Amino acid sequence: MKLRDHTSDEEATRLPGLDTWRNVYWFVFASFILWIVLLVVLSAIFS
Amino acid sequence: MSPLDFVVLIGSMLAIAAYGVWRTRGPQNLNDYVKGDPKLGWLAIGISVMATQASAITFISTPGQGYQDGLGFVQNYFGMPVALILIAAVFLPMYRKLNVFTAYEFLGRRFDTKTRLLGAFLFLLQRGLAAGITIYAPAIILSTMLGWRLDVTIILSGSLVIIYTVMGGSEAVTLTQKYQLAVIFGGMVTAFIVLLANLPPHLSLTDALVVAGGFNRMRAVDFSLDLRQRYTLWSGLLGGFFLSLSYFGTDQSQVQRYLSGASLRESRFGLMFNAVLKIPMQFFILLLGVLVFVFYQFERPPIIFNHAAWASALAHGSPEKLRSLDLQYARVHQQKEELIRQWLAAKHRGDPKAEAEARMGAHAAFEHSESIRAEAKSSLLADGSHATTNDSDYVFITFVLDHLPHGVIGLLVAAFFAAALSSKAAELNALGATTTVDFYQHLLKREASDAHYVTASKWFTLFWGLVALAFALFASLVENLIQAVNIVGSVFYGVVLALFLVAFFVRRVGGTAIFCAALAAQTLVFVLYFSLNISYLWYNFIGCAACVLFSLLIQAALGPNSPPAEPQLVAQP
Repeated sequence: MKLRDHTSDEEATRLPGLDTWRNVYWFVFASFILWIVLLVVLSAIFS
Repeated sequence: MSPLDFVVLIGSMLAIAAYGVWRTRGPQNLNDYVKGDPKLGWLAIGISVMATQASAITFISTPGQGYQDGLGFVQNYFGMPVALILIAAVFLPMYRKLNVFTAYEFLGRRFDTKTRLLGAFLFLLQRGLAAGITIYAPAIILSTMLGWRLDVTIILSGSLVIIYTVMGGSEAVTLTQKYQLAVIFGGMVTAFIVLLANLPPHLSLTDALVVAGGFNRMRAVDFSLDLRQRYTLWSGLLGGFFLSLSYFGTDQSQVQRYLSGASLRESRFGLMFNAVLKIPMQFFILLLGVLVFVFYQFERPPIIFNHAAWASALAHGSPEKLRSLDLQYARVHQQKEELIRQWLAAKHRGDPKAEAEARMGAHAAFEHSESIRAEAKSSLLADGSHATTNDSDYVFITFVLDHLPHGVIGLLVAAFFAAALSSKAAELNALGATTTVDFYQHLLKREASDAHYVTASKWFTLFWGLVALAFALFASLVENLIQAVNIVGSVFYGVVLALFLVAFFVRRVGGTAIFCAALAAQTLVFVLYFSLNISYLWYNFIGCAACVLFSLLIQAALGPNSPPAEPQLVAQP
């Protein structure tokens, strides 16, 4: 998603390895998927 | 509670509130009073967002839900990370670019005044109601524990937050939230450690989780497609997404928290902090409740956790019947405990047949004990006791009072109280700001000094504090506390969210179409809520989808809309 006429959207993340906001969002999304997988595994083991 | 507990409780709460007032003393302008410190970093924003959402209800009621229903409630938060990503990518840059005080100001710029006022009105209505419910939670704890009158407790617990919020505004809210969250996490982690230490010596953590799983408390993810199931993966992902998008993206109590960031970067990381940590945090709190459940399989729990209601029923109801049920409950608990020990022993020696037999026996005994509890609850209600329909709200506080050492009890009660104050302060701050900026300044007094608006904002914050107190005084508890708050939110949030989604993404819809669509969709949600039996999370989706659809249909009927006055207010793919 790109916003029209929106320069501040390009503000740097200043994070090594996650230098664009797209990468930061993918990282957050991956951590969310990891949590769901762990919870599914936990449910399967103990239910 | 011992004198040490009172010192910890009163000392920490008063010190934090006094610090907030002291640090924000002196004249403030409207920007500081409504948005807070303009130099806030991402961690302070992240903590403030987290503390605003995590009310006392989160820390009292959620362990009770873990005790009663297991880990399934965590699914309610599955839609949140994606929603926060969308807010950080689309909503937040727009709010910061326009430099708005409230989210509803944006609606006024994109559509018209009536749509702005409708959004602000729906916020005031649902947040005003929720404010009453959230102030009720700490009052229940304190009145149950201290034997105070409920009305006196509500007034005392509400007054402190009103004082420092009115005096210090948003800056005081953010400042105090930092220390309040430290007290909360300190208390909850201490409770977790003490709970683990109090489990029977032969019981490993794995054994504890096996026992919890045996009683269906470990199912964190439910793939069921049944719409009547309150928490499933699908309702959590879809309904939770819309609930979170609406709450974090359009509810002024949250928008105000992250608008105060020093830069777009700080605000975004504050939101991402929550996107990463919220699910593990809720899991931890629910697991605490599940472990309390395991603890009470080896330690006889009270038949009714609400001590006050039980004592009242014994004094004024049918004591013989209740005492008889209590004796039966104790006997069945003893049988169940023995069967659980046999089940674990068989598991350890590798005897699957004996393990299955003992497990089935324990399960049957558990069902029996639950039926006795249900009968006791029915008796309490039939006797006209003030017991709530959901006893699980009292589970964790009972465990804290009965089994934690003095000092730690004070810390836990301080944690509950801190959670109540932190979320309440943000709510009052947002209610006051919205009334001032969207109604008073916009409709009544357009040209006045900054000092005048700050004073007006203080009066409106005080007004909403008093409304919340009055609502809490007259509200009767419906179902589980946290669910009641979420239900109120879900009935309104879908439509409010649709106002913003159409504003951001549907260029061809104008103010009149979205305004009429919102009224129609809200009416539809009310009708469905009172006529259908589906999980409340779905109303977020239904309200939102209906409003978007109606707006397109109404706009088509009205004819082409003139383009927005400020085309940059619409996102493009």
